[in-house]
Amino acid sequence: MPTPTPSTTRAALLVLADGRFPAGGHAHSGGAEAAVRAGRITGAAELEEFCRGRLHTAGLVAASLAAAAALGVGPAPLDAAADARTPSPALRRVARRLGRQLMRAARATWPSAELDALADRFPKGAHQPVVLGLTARAAGLGAEDAAYCSVYESVGGPASATVRLLSLDPFDATGVLARLAPEMDLVVGRAVEAAWRAVDEGVDVLPAVSAPLLEIGAEAHGGWAVRLFAS
Amino acid sequence: MHLDHTHTHDGPSAVGADAHRPDGSRRALRIGLGGPVGSGKTATVAALCRALRDELSLAVVTNDIYTREDAEFLLREAVLPPERITAVETGACPHTAIRDDISANLEAVEDLEDEVGPLDLILVESGGDNLTATFSKGLVDAQIFVIDVAGGDDVPRKGGPGVTTADLLVVNKTDLAPYVGSDLARMAADAKAQRAELPVVLQSLRGEDGVTAVAGWVRERLAAWTA
Amino acid sequence: MTATATGGVRATARIAARADGRGGTALPVLESEGPLAVRRTRAASGDEARVMLVGAMSGPLGGDHFTVAARAGAGARLRVGSAAATLALPGQTGGGARYDVRLDVAAGAELCWLPEQLISARGSELYVSSRVDLAPGARLVLREEQVLGRAGEEPGRLTSRLTVRLGGRPLLDQELACGPGAPGGWDGPAVLAGHRALGQLVVVRPEYAESAPAARVLGECAALTPLAGPAVLVTALAADALRLRRVLDEALAVLG
Repeated sequence: MPTPTPSTTRAALLVLADGRFPAGGHAHSGGAEAAVRAGRITGAAELEEFCRGRLHTAGLVAASLAAAAALGVGPAPLDAAADARTPSPALRRVARRLGRQLMRAARATWPSAELDALADRFPKGAHQPVVLGLTARAAGLGAEDAAYCSVYESVGGPASATVRLLSLDPFDATGVLARLAPEMDLVVGRAVEAAWRAVDEGVDVLPAVSAPLLEIGAEAHGGWAVRLFAS
Repeated sequence: MHLDHTHTHDGPSAVGADAHRPDGSRRALRIGLGGPVGSGKTATVAALCRALRDELSLAVVTNDIYTREDAEFLLREAVLPPERITAVETGACPHTAIRDDISANLEAVEDLEDEVGPLDLILVESGGDNLTATFSKGLVDAQIFVIDVAGGDDVPRKGGPGVTTADLLVVNKTDLAPYVGSDLARMAADAKAQRAELPVVLQSLRGEDGVTAVAGWVRERLAAWTA
Repeated sequence: MTATATGGVRATARIAARADGRGGTALPVLESEGPLAVRRTRAASGDEARVMLVGAMSGPLGGDHFTVAARAGAGARLRVGSAAATLALPGQTGGGARYDVRLDVAAGAELCWLPEQLISARGSELYVSSRVDLAPGARLVLREEQVLGRAGEEPGRLTSRLTVRLGGRPLLDQELACGPGAPGGWDGPAVLAGHRALGQLVVVRPEYAESAPAARVLGECAALTPLAGPAVLVTALAADALRLRRVLDEALAVLG
């Protein structure tokens, strides 16, 4: 029976959620570069709609996986569930690469037998949200913390990338994130609730909300010769 | 990857710059090459590959800004077989990828050792970013900073972490000095003042000696590494 | 046919196909009720059975709960289409409608599930759940097309989930929520960006385990992607149903 890790060191959440945590995120735009090139993001208003859509789709899915992993649901079924929820092979590769990078940073920061076992099982990387959930456990954080970290990444990445891509005013980009905060709270709530259900009923009950343009855009982006971001 | 459980709780050396691979063998020496745009880093890497490839097993990791141009230049020049050249994408920030968040580069060097190893030497090239970009000690064992005479002969005097602390400073394109009005003697003197005992090489890849001095320095480092 | 708790119609259609032992496909079960009717039609090739879903009433309306269950047993080749698009409409009693599709394909059997579009009319509220269980060695071609609103009309609320399992393991799990009341951003630059027709084509073939078609982008808003298993998914967005069908037909032709 999986048991949640008690949340004892809330400040560890700041360490894990910090954009400077060395786990590779800085090289990725979360699909923003493809959307900018396609003319779908040209300013702060569209960035906000982009982030909102990403939050309620890929963001919710990732946060649920992370929360479930933090509750102790098995990483292998979670990883398979993540594969089934990620039709784009470009996005599956990115998720595993970022998972592997996070695994390295996490093992150096919060050594844990569970992270070692995960690295043994997935030497080329498990899906990043699964690693994130186990990292949260190793850091003494709970499912809600893991979900917060995940939803914040799901919108923070595209926002900071768009600052570079469009020379967008950084205050506007930060304003977008602040306006999304209440919706991030909602998504975290849904993710944690789904994660608790998954403890009893298995990973199939986790959300699978998709964003067709993120999947299609990722495949297009993967073929470009010149790009600022890896995804 | 560091899969060996007995080594994973040894603190920071368990990841990053651990000198050993999980199987206990000594890993390749990693040398970083940084410096401003256009100073000749990629040309120096290419010349080093040609000079060393017959005596050493080597590979290259490039960190480009927004293209894979440096990697593609090396591929086109066929300085090494393609499987020995890996391009890391940096999200337009090579200095982040070589210093602040080295996770992608560590993966690249480990994958090269796994896939084409055993390797004696891996050259990690940074995209030309700025004068302050230096490599993390968690990523490389030694670093070379490449500047050129055309970038201004006051660069050594101004200093900065690359010029002052790199294990080797290369002042490149000395053949251009007369055309751009750079004073080589002054550059050498300023570099000496900034760097105390740390070595400086003045080179022209078009000259007779080419990369010989830098290649010699790399051989010395490698001898010390494997000693 | 019975009434649901909300006063709508509950109706189920069942189709079962099996090899007839003479190189053809028999249909031992072909049952339907109320607004759902199923008919056998002439097959293009000798070993295949063709079934057409015929909507005797338009629907589903709010409160209705329709279920279609089809099973292709060992060696069977079953192709299911529909005579017309399915139109989700608001009901008089209010409340959502539900449409469940349950497909089961045995080893060595093939199911082609190629219904016409589902149109989400203004004011409607529909939850569509499609679950496909494939045995190892099963073959599948499945097309799903959703059109948000009739011409020039605002869409209703549409939530759909498509789950494909192969040998009990998840192969594809995709959910989409759009229309009034759906979580924010559904029509924004990350999700639909104003497109009113979206489609998915899933093709599962055992030989893809050895070599699956490479990922490719199909025009502006569609991509063919190999899944983490012997299958590919084509995801497409288009301005309207006609353009969407063209993209999916071209993709199917590419796959051969």
